[in-house]
Amino acid sequence: MALTAEQLGQGMKRTLGPTLNRLHQSSRFILTSSTFRLALLYMLLVGVSVAILLGFIYWSTAGYMARQTDATIGAEIQGLAEQYRRRGLAGLSTVIAERIARDPQGASIYLLTAPSGNPIIGNLDSWPQVAPDAGGWVRFRARQSLGEGEDVDIEHETRAKVFRLRGDLRLLVGRDVRELTAIRQLILDAMTWGLAITVGLALLGGWLMGASIARRLDVVNQVSREIMQGNLSRRVPSAGTGDDFDQLAENLNQMLERIEALMLSIRQVSDNIAHDLRTPLTRLRNRLELLHGGDLCDEARNEVEVAIADADELLSAFNALLRIARIEAGSRRAAFADLDPLPLLQDVAELYEPLAAESLQTIQVEGVTENSPCRLHADRDLLFQAIANLVDNAIKHSPNGGQIRLRAECSETRVELSVTDDGPGIPPELRDKVLQRFFRIDESRAAPGHGLGLSLVQAVAQLHGAALSLEDAAPGLRVRLRLPKQAKMQTNSSASGRASSPV
Amino acid sequence: MRVLVIEDDPQLSGYLAKAFGEMGASVDLADNGRDGLFLAAGNPYDVMVIDRMLPELEGLAIIRTLRASGNLTPVLILSALGEVDHRVEGLRAGGDDYLVKPFAFSELHARIEALMRRSAPGDGPVTSLSVADLELDLLKRQVQRGGQPIALQPREFKLLEYLMRHAGQVVTRTMLLENVWDYHFDPQTNVIDVHISRLRAKIDKDFDQPLLQTVRGAGYMLRAD
Repeated sequence: MALTAEQLGQGMKRTLGPTLNRLHQSSRFILTSSTFRLALLYMLLVGVSVAILLGFIYWSTAGYMARQTDATIGAEIQGLAEQYRRRGLAGLSTVIAERIARDPQGASIYLLTAPSGNPIIGNLDSWPQVAPDAGGWVRFRARQSLGEGEDVDIEHETRAKVFRLRGDLRLLVGRDVRELTAIRQLILDAMTWGLAITVGLALLGGWLMGASIARRLDVVNQVSREIMQGNLSRRVPSAGTGDDFDQLAENLNQMLERIEALMLSIRQVSDNIAHDLRTPLTRLRNRLELLHGGDLCDEARNEVEVAIADADELLSAFNALLRIARIEAGSRRAAFADLDPLPLLQDVAELYEPLAAESLQTIQVEGVTENSPCRLHADRDLLFQAIANLVDNAIKHSPNGGQIRLRAECSETRVELSVTDDGPGIPPELRDKVLQRFFRIDESRAAPGHGLGLSLVQAVAQLHGAALSLEDAAPGLRVRLRLPKQAKMQTNSSASGRASSPV
Repeated sequence: MRVLVIEDDPQLSGYLAKAFGEMGASVDLADNGRDGLFLAAGNPYDVMVIDRMLPELEGLAIIRTLRASGNLTPVLILSALGEVDHRVEGLRAGGDDYLVKPFAFSELHARIEALMRRSAPGDGPVTSLSVADLELDLLKRQVQRGGQPIALQPREFKLLEYLMRHAGQVVTRTMLLENVWDYHFDPQTNVIDVHISRLRAKIDKDFDQPLLQTVRGAGYMLRAD
């Protein structure tokens, strides 16, 4: 059943792991780019809205003025046409002359031409070279000579309308639109700047908004990564505002709570089974032993011996399981003492040397110490057990004639112990799995053992605050234990629930 | 041999009484700490088996009281508490050995015998050990059999010394690990077996009478049949 719990955890690790790793690797890029996208979208939305708004304002101000001008010109032409109808050409000329005289600045433009094209009266030197549109409107740069002086010609932008009178006369009435154009330009400039500022502000706002979201997502990501690394007791902090991010955090935390409880209960069940079955199994073994000591024929005695061996194998698996549970739950460190890891490695090598020699394998021990002596605060028996398990595995999984290297590397702050073999190694995708209880790589199923060796190593590593890593020694496997010199008390709350494991 | 068993589980104490009886020992039983201490203080026992968790008076308290009053009878602590810490506690309180429940009786038996041997009064310091024609000189650190010297590695010497000190007794693999290698751990493979066969190759190979014997389901014994 522990298998199920482990698979649950490992499965989660496997499916979420790569995603989170990817996020981790490119988190800055993705987060900034999502911020950037958000800012861009925000800017586009605000920009377009403001552009539409400004367009409307422009239409209703500058456009209104232009329409006003056109309406004035139209009305004046109507008036002049009326004069012509009532008072004839002479009357019209008089009125035009009067109006020109009243306007020395030349803001109003008049030109009346005969059918021949010759000017009759007006303050425009010549008929504009621009063809009028369908409504008779024309826009041109007008050249006027004011008064008698030759050099006072001025040129300015003019909006005018051409009108045909009876008798094939042509009348042009226009207005100087310099001011209008200037005002229009002013409005346009103001609007361009306004738009630019709006876009800038929108970009800034969007970025700030995105960054604040990214910051909160980053917290969730950070916590998720720590959880993936095995610290299941971590929880997503909430900002305390009760917003949707807080709700997300709350939901994630409840989910984690649930997963942790499930894993714990399943593990507890398996530990309890091991514990509860151990006593009757021992009783069974003892009965067999009494039987063995009694009067038996050789055949029966052999059978009893095999049965005892089977019982011992079961017991050893149960004991290993319970041992892992106890170590994982362990916060008591009465057996911790300062020790030099190198003699410990030598002891392991010495103990396993004959076993290795059976497969023509050799075990080498090597110590690298910056400043002797190398001291480590550890549980001597458990550390020995861990290294012994690793060496045991190395012997089992290395080919005949292989070489197993034990190495202790000591620095100011930490001690690194490693066991390296030149066997087939463990494929990267299985390196997490082999740490699970009862997991065995298919190829090694034939070898003796119950698949608890590495789980126990991991439990010992955890108790010592050490990092356990499986690496490719090309060829072979290197298992590395990085132990801090001053092992800090582990805060393994995920294991503390198991401390109540009945004994 | 007189054995005192202080154990509150009637099934286990009944079983122990029967097993010790078969060994030829006379057994006194106590099912609580107070009675146990009373018996222990008033009678000369060869060995005591004391459970840790007992009604009325805790096992370790009994041992401390006995040791404080100068009683040095070997004590084997039985406990359901298997953590290393508990073991250390038990030995610090004055226990001589520690066995975690549930246990194989062969293991208990072997340990009891070893305890009694340890406490047997010697004639001053032992300087040499011998079993049949095998001789081990502790001072010169030399081994010879039938007059022929045998070269042993230091650990092999220590292993043989332990086996010879407990000649005629079953010695379990766990006892060898604890006493010869001085590590309390649980090997995945029976590494001890390989050491034993190496030692056997050196001391038994060229001789007619094998001394180092395997006791199936229990351990090893050095004995001259």
